[in-house]
Amino acid sequence: MDFVVHNGAWDGFQGGAWKKHINVRDFILLNYTLYEGDDSFLAGPSARTQKLWDKVLGLFQKERENDGVLDMDTKVVSTITSHGAGYIEKDLEQIVGLQTDSPLKRSLQVFGGIRMAVQACETNGYSVDPEVVDIFTKWRKTHNQGVFDIYTPDMKAARHAGIITGLPDAYGRGRIIGDYRRVALYGVDNLIAEKQKEFRFAPTRMTSENMRHREELTEQIRALQELKELGSIYGLDISEPAKNAKEAVQWLYFGYLAAVKQQNGAAMSLGRTSTFLDIYIERDLQKGLITEEDAQELIDQFVMKLRMVKFARTPAYNEIFAGDPTWVTESLAGVGIDGRPLVTKNSFRYLHTLENLGTAPEPNMTVLWSTRLPQGFKNYCAKVSIDTSSIQYENDDLMRVTHGDDYAIACCVSSMRVGKEMQFFGARANLAKCLLYAINGGVDERLGVQVGPKFRAVEGDYLDFDDVWEKFLAMMNWLAELYVNTLNVIHYSHDKYNYESLQMALHDEHVKRYFATGIAGLSVVADSLSAIKYAKVKAIRNEEGVIVDYEVEGDFPKYGNNDERVDSLAVEAVQQFMYSIRKHHTYRESIPTMSILTITSNVVYGKKTGNTPDGRKMGVPLAPGANPMSGRDTHGAAASLASVSKLPFEYAQDGISNTFTIIPNALGKDDVFLGELDLDIELDAGCCEDNITIE
Amino acid sequence: MSTGFIHSTESFGTVDGPGLRFVVFLAGCPMRCLYCHNPDTWERTRGTERSVEDILEEYDGVKTLLRGGGITCTGGEPLMQIAFVTELFEAAKERGIHTCLDTSGITFDPKDSGKLAKFDRLLEVTDLILLDIKHIDPEEHRKLTGHSNENVLAFLQYLDTKGQDVWIRHVVVPGLTLEDRWLYPLGEFLGGFRNIKALDVLPYHNMGAVKYEALGLEYPLKDTAPATKEEALHARSVILAGMKSTRQKIMKS
Repeated sequence: MDFVVHNGAWDGFQGGAWKKHINVRDFILLNYTLYEGDDSFLAGPSARTQKLWDKVLGLFQKERENDGVLDMDTKVVSTITSHGAGYIEKDLEQIVGLQTDSPLKRSLQVFGGIRMAVQACETNGYSVDPEVVDIFTKWRKTHNQGVFDIYTPDMKAARHAGIITGLPDAYGRGRIIGDYRRVALYGVDNLIAEKQKEFRFAPTRMTSENMRHREELTEQIRALQELKELGSIYGLDISEPAKNAKEAVQWLYFGYLAAVKQQNGAAMSLGRTSTFLDIYIERDLQKGLITEEDAQELIDQFVMKLRMVKFARTPAYNEIFAGDPTWVTESLAGVGIDGRPLVTKNSFRYLHTLENLGTAPEPNMTVLWSTRLPQGFKNYCAKVSIDTSSIQYENDDLMRVTHGDDYAIACCVSSMRVGKEMQFFGARANLAKCLLYAINGGVDERLGVQVGPKFRAVEGDYLDFDDVWEKFLAMMNWLAELYVNTLNVIHYSHDKYNYESLQMALHDEHVKRYFATGIAGLSVVADSLSAIKYAKVKAIRNEEGVIVDYEVEGDFPKYGNNDERVDSLAVEAVQQFMYSIRKHHTYRESIPTMSILTITSNVVYGKKTGNTPDGRKMGVPLAPGANPMSGRDTHGAAASLASVSKLPFEYAQDGISNTFTIIPNALGKDDVFLGELDLDIELDAGCCEDNITIE
Repeated sequence: MSTGFIHSTESFGTVDGPGLRFVVFLAGCPMRCLYCHNPDTWERTRGTERSVEDILEEYDGVKTLLRGGGITCTGGEPLMQIAFVTELFEAAKERGIHTCLDTSGITFDPKDSGKLAKFDRLLEVTDLILLDIKHIDPEEHRKLTGHSNENVLAFLQYLDTKGQDVWIRHVVVPGLTLEDRWLYPLGEFLGGFRNIKALDVLPYHNMGAVKYEALGLEYPLKDTAPATKEEALHARSVILAGMKSTRQKIMKS
């Protein structure tokens, strides 16, 4: 049966399965207009946008002068409907809605953990209303308390020693992308009706699992009702589908806004919205209802709102995640399964905001790159990249194979089908430290206490590769089990006390869940094992007999030089750890994946890791992600990338990162060639026809 | 198969020829250019002895990342080991790899027929030559490098008659080469050749100074400031003006 639409919102759209079931992808593929031209159609910022943006820039400036925080809510606990309407300057705003009642005022989010909320306020010079603290300490349990009620002493010790770190056990886990497009396409009433239908047909045999399912569906329905109320707070009725481009952008944004009012997750990504919205814009343009300037204004103002998303964080949190990130990742372009690139004029308009409003890290514009994207779009990406350094690129040709053509990126690299898949964010296990535990029989090299199992430590003056490798395998097994179980506790508790009801309401009833583990310190492990295998590594013990330092005699192959001898050790470590992970039960039948992608937290992990057998000293940062250790890749970037590319994606499906910076001058030059204009006269007319050009 | 003395390799070369290139730095150089930024490549003995196969195997390991590129031999002065470079390029051409030679041309000698035969064999398998002309004036060239530029200029002439594509490189150093009185005649000389496809004027930088220190050598240009990008652009326009004037003269005659 078709959805009921009273307001003519779907007039002119090509019908299909999407009219019967929630299926945004089907709607997009049937209705979008591929754009293969260049950027010449784009419009600059409207006068309204400029005025509004100037005002926001002023607020950002004040925020910086005020040590990074403009204002904080200390009394009103943030929910979808907690605040009245907030504006920057109402008359100028085409797209409305703020997290609180005033721009850049950070909301009070307590369900992840009251302690973190209190600390976030205190370190910024605010204090949370004592009554709120009281309620969430004595009467309403938070996620954080739930976790610590379950944790074993082993888990607490491992967490304290830093062999597992950055765990989302005191804050929102994030990494879930609601399909915010559904709000615009179907209107909230249809979404509620659909969820009610799911509830009606949900199993009634009251197992724990089925009861949780029914309870969650009801919470989702409640969140959708609140979402409707959020619309009416701003004087808009979003129960019906969006009738035009402006409504489509607004409805979609309300969906996202409700999510960030309910959750302060570690990454609150937007999804894949640009080509979806283009369908509405194109329809209005065709009907002559709006001009290109109007279309750009909507996108500029939408993006402006996304740039203003802020959360209350603690300094420790910012240390791990470097700065004040929200990871409002928007995935652009890519190619459809039918072979048509998913590039529209709106893909351009999104990138154009970087020119109209200036460069910014958020929203994190991520181009799903394919060799088959239209040349005009590729050129524009290159231009905006060169001018703003603000675009992230990911390989659509690689990810489309497993994720299809309607996936989006959460955070920086975690891919998931929008509205169909989610992940349980799992931070990282420190594999470098695990190797040290293997050598010391589970004794922490910094704390001098037994944290891991009391296995036999390495004996003798020199490390023997076979001996260390065997011990390392055993220790990885221990770590994997502890790590997986710790994450099980965290996600059980998060579901119970800090459930993302709004975001999950914008998912199918049955979602595929990924259990996203991660590792840090891979290159230290590879180089250490290589040193032990190919050079001589002497162990230096302290008075208690704990090995606290190493002397490396001779040279050894280093990861990052495309040298099979050591690269194979990195590959082996990744595979072995993933094997160990897969042995264990994961919460809610989630599928275990792994990432090797610290981007900034490697600095913190390094501080917690003692001297390592590769010669790295205590406290020195681990290399980010799958990078070689700084300065050890001596054969240039291609060799370094070749080493990284050996790491098997099947064992690290949540992403492998290699952070790589290059100065523009080192990227070659295109202004050295001699053409007719340079010399006026050619001695041999044919000589310059086949000028070599650098791609 | 012969072996060469290799200082190092760079798998992601972006400035030594077209595209992304695998760059082989050969050890050993007869020149002692005052502004040299690779003094660690002067002595052949500092190199590691490696075979053609070994080098190509390393290239194979990264070739999927090298689009529109190929292999560049530089140094040091790669022509000090012309037999090795020739064999490397022959093997590379068999595999369809674009070959590029970055040289000062100093080892060329038009009067030595044995040498010419060796050069001819190398040119057969060389797609592009980056010729670094250090100075147009013979005396200044000698002061700068320790050698006359007679053979360098003869080499360019020879390459033109062979129809061999060349990119000219010229480093501008304040007080040494960065003067219109040297740049314009350089252009006048270059204007007479058909095979020059590109002119790359490089501003002198002092990033090599640390290497001198590491080698226990005195850095000859301690008191010379780096050239700016603008100065390099100006120098290029002066050279181009010189080239134009020669071409106009040729067209008139």
